[in-house]
Amino acid sequence: MLEIKNLHAGIEGNEILKGIDLKVNAGEVHAIMGPNGSGKSTLAQVLAGREGYVVTEGEVTYNGKNLLDLATEDRAREGVFLAFQYPVEIPGVSNTNLLKTALNEIRKYRGEEELDTMEFLSLIKEKMKLVELDQKFLSRSVNEGFSGGEKKRNEIFQMAVLQPKLAILDETDSGLDIDALKIVANGVNKLRSKDNATILVTHYQRLLNYIVPDFVHVLYNGKIVKSGGKELAFKLEELGYDWVKNGKSEEVVNH
Amino acid sequence: MDKTIDIKDWYILNFGEFEKKLNGGKESSIHQKRKDALSNFSRLEFPTIKDEEWKYTSIAPLLKYNFVPSYEKKIVSEELIKSLLFDEMEHSLIIFINGRYSAENSLLLNLPKGVIVGSIADEIKKKNEVLLKHFGKYADHQNHIFTALSTAYTEDGAFIYVPTGKIVEEPIHIIFITDSGNEKILTQPRNLFVAEKNSQVTIIEHYVGNEGEIYFTNSVTEIVAEENAVVDHIKLQEESKKAFHIARMEVDQERSSNFSSHLISTGADLTRNDSNARFNNEGGECTLNGLYIIDGTQLFDAHTLMDHAKPHCNSHEHYKGILDDKSRGVFNGKIIVRQDAQKTNAFQENNSILLSDEALVNTKPQLEIFADDVKCSHGATIGQMDDEAKFYLKSRGIGEEASKGILLHAFASDVITSIKIESVRNYIEKIITEKFNQ
Repeated sequence: MLEIKNLHAGIEGNEILKGIDLKVNAGEVHAIMGPNGSGKSTLAQVLAGREGYVVTEGEVTYNGKNLLDLATEDRAREGVFLAFQYPVEIPGVSNTNLLKTALNEIRKYRGEEELDTMEFLSLIKEKMKLVELDQKFLSRSVNEGFSGGEKKRNEIFQMAVLQPKLAILDETDSGLDIDALKIVANGVNKLRSKDNATILVTHYQRLLNYIVPDFVHVLYNGKIVKSGGKELAFKLEELGYDWVKNGKSEEVVNH
Repeated sequence: MDKTIDIKDWYILNFGEFEKKLNGGKESSIHQKRKDALSNFSRLEFPTIKDEEWKYTSIAPLLKYNFVPSYEKKIVSEELIKSLLFDEMEHSLIIFINGRYSAENSLLLNLPKGVIVGSIADEIKKKNEVLLKHFGKYADHQNHIFTALSTAYTEDGAFIYVPTGKIVEEPIHIIFITDSGNEKILTQPRNLFVAEKNSQVTIIEHYVGNEGEIYFTNSVTEIVAEENAVVDHIKLQEESKKAFHIARMEVDQERSSNFSSHLISTGADLTRNDSNARFNNEGGECTLNGLYIIDGTQLFDAHTLMDHAKPHCNSHEHYKGILDDKSRGVFNGKIIVRQDAQKTNAFQENNSILLSDEALVNTKPQLEIFADDVKCSHGATIGQMDDEAKFYLKSRGIGEEASKGILLHAFASDVITSIKIESVRNYIEKIITEKFNQ
C-alpha cells in the first residue's frame, strides 16, 4: 500500500529526514517510535502533504501512485488520513459542517453520490458511539474549547467517519489519561481491517499495550535505526532511547 | 482654479434651480435649514488627507467626476427588485430610484395605526410635526461638508415613524437603486427614522447600483430611539464597484433604549461611513457591528463614535474586514465616556484578514474616558488566513478554494450570526459563498 524509499525531507533548509525506508501493506499496523526531535512528526506531516516541508530526495508510492505529486486534499481523497498531534481549533466552523463537507468532497472525488442530511446524520451517530463522544459536540466549533482528550477523540471520530485506507496517528496518545487512551485505542482497533493500514507515531510504549502493532520501527536522527516486531517496543521501554542513541542497539538485540 | 472649486461653485450657483423644482416643499421650515446648510457648504472645504479624520481616505477621485443631481425619471424592472429581496421574509418594501421615492414599486404591509413608512418629501410637504422636530437635529451640517450638501439639497429619502407603544412586526426593507447610465449623477437619500417610547421596529437600508456605473451616493440617516424603544438596523451596501458611497448615520438614544446596527459592505470603489451613536440618558444599549468584503482597488472607511454621555449604558462594537488584492480598509473607532457616565461598559473590536500582500488596513481605536468607574476595552487584529486551519481542512479532503471559503465564513460568522433576521443572514451568507466558493 505504501512504500517509502530513501526519503529525505526538511524545512527551511534543515534536513530532518535523512533517508527513510518503510513498506506498509494493507492490514498491517506499524508503530514508529523515537525520541523527541527524531523526525517522527515530520514524517507524518510530509506524508499528509504539509506545506513548508521540502522533499529533497527519495520517493513515496501509495497504491501505485506517486504520493508526493498529489495535493494535500487529493491525498485525503485517496484515503490518507492524518490524526494531528495538535488538532487545530477552528472557531466558527462546526464539526458537522467540517465532516459533511469533507465526506462529500471525498465521495465526489471517487465518483460516488453525495450523502443527504439523513444518511449523513445516521452515519455520524453510529461513529460517535465508537469514541463515546456526546452529540452536542457536533454543533460545536471544531476543537474549540475542547480538552486535550476530547481533541484526540475527535480526531479518531473524524477518522471513523472518513474511513481512510491509510491512517497516520501522530502522537495521538500523548497527554491522554488512561481512560481516554483506552477509548482512543478501542476506536482504532475497531476500525482495523484487512483492507486498511495504520501507522502509529508515538513516543511512548504505553499505547502499544492497547493497540498491538505488527511492526515496530525506531526512528533516530532522521533514520530508521531499528525495526522489529512488537517485542522491540518492550525493549525500548526497558532500556530507554539512550539505547539507540548510543549506537549500541545492534549488540543488545543480538544478545 | 481647480475642479474642486468648480463643483462647489456648481452647487452654490444651481441652488436656485433646485429650489424651483421643489414644487411646494419650499414653504416649510425645512427650507430654512436647506439655506443654512448651503451657506455652511460654501464656507466649508472638501477634506484632504491633511485632515486627521480623512488621513487615509483621499476623496480626490470623487471630486474629479463633478457629480450632479439628475431629474430624469427612471424605471427599474420587477426582476431586479425581486433579486434584491430576502427569501421567505415578510416585509414592507419601499423603493427609491436615483434618490426618489417610487410608490409604484413599494409595498406596505398592514402597519399598526399611526405608523408612517414612506417618502420624506411627502412629509416635508405635509409639514409633519415629528419630521419638523427631528430633521437635521442630529446630523451636524455646520462642520461636515457632505452633510451640509445633503441638508442643502434635501429632497427625498425614507421617513419612518413608529408612535408610542407600537410594534412593527415585519422588517421594513428600503432599497435605494441607482441607475445612472452614462451620466455622472449624485443621489442623496436623506432618511429619518423615529421610534417613540416603547415602540419597536426593524429597518434595512439597502444600497445597490448597476455594476460598472460611476455615480455618487451621499446619504444621511438620522435615527431617534426614544425611551425603551427597540430599533434594529441593518445596512447593506452593494453599490457598483466603481461608485462612491459616503454615508452618515446619527443615532440619538434616550433612556433604556436599545439600538443595534449591522453594516454589511461589499460595493463601491470608495466607501466612507460615519456611524455615530449618543446615549442621552441612562440604561441604553447600543451595538454597532460591521462586516466589509473588498477587493481590487476598493477602499472602505468606517469611522464610528460611541458617545457615552450618561451613566449605566452598554455599547458593543465589532467590525470585521476581508481584504483582497490592493484594497484598503480604515477603521477609526472613537469612544467617549463623559464625566457623568459612570458604570459604562464599552467594548470595541476590529479584526481584519488580508488575503493578499498588497491589501492594507489602518485601524485606530480612540478612547477618551473622563469617568472613573467604567469598563472599556478595545482590540484590533490584522492577520492572514490561518494556514494551520487551512491545512487541517485540506487534510480532511476539502479543496483549497472550499477550505478558504469555509474559513472566511467562519471569520465573518460572529458578525453575521448576531443579525436577528434569518433571511438576511442567509442573503449575506450567499454573498460570501458566491464570492469565495467558486
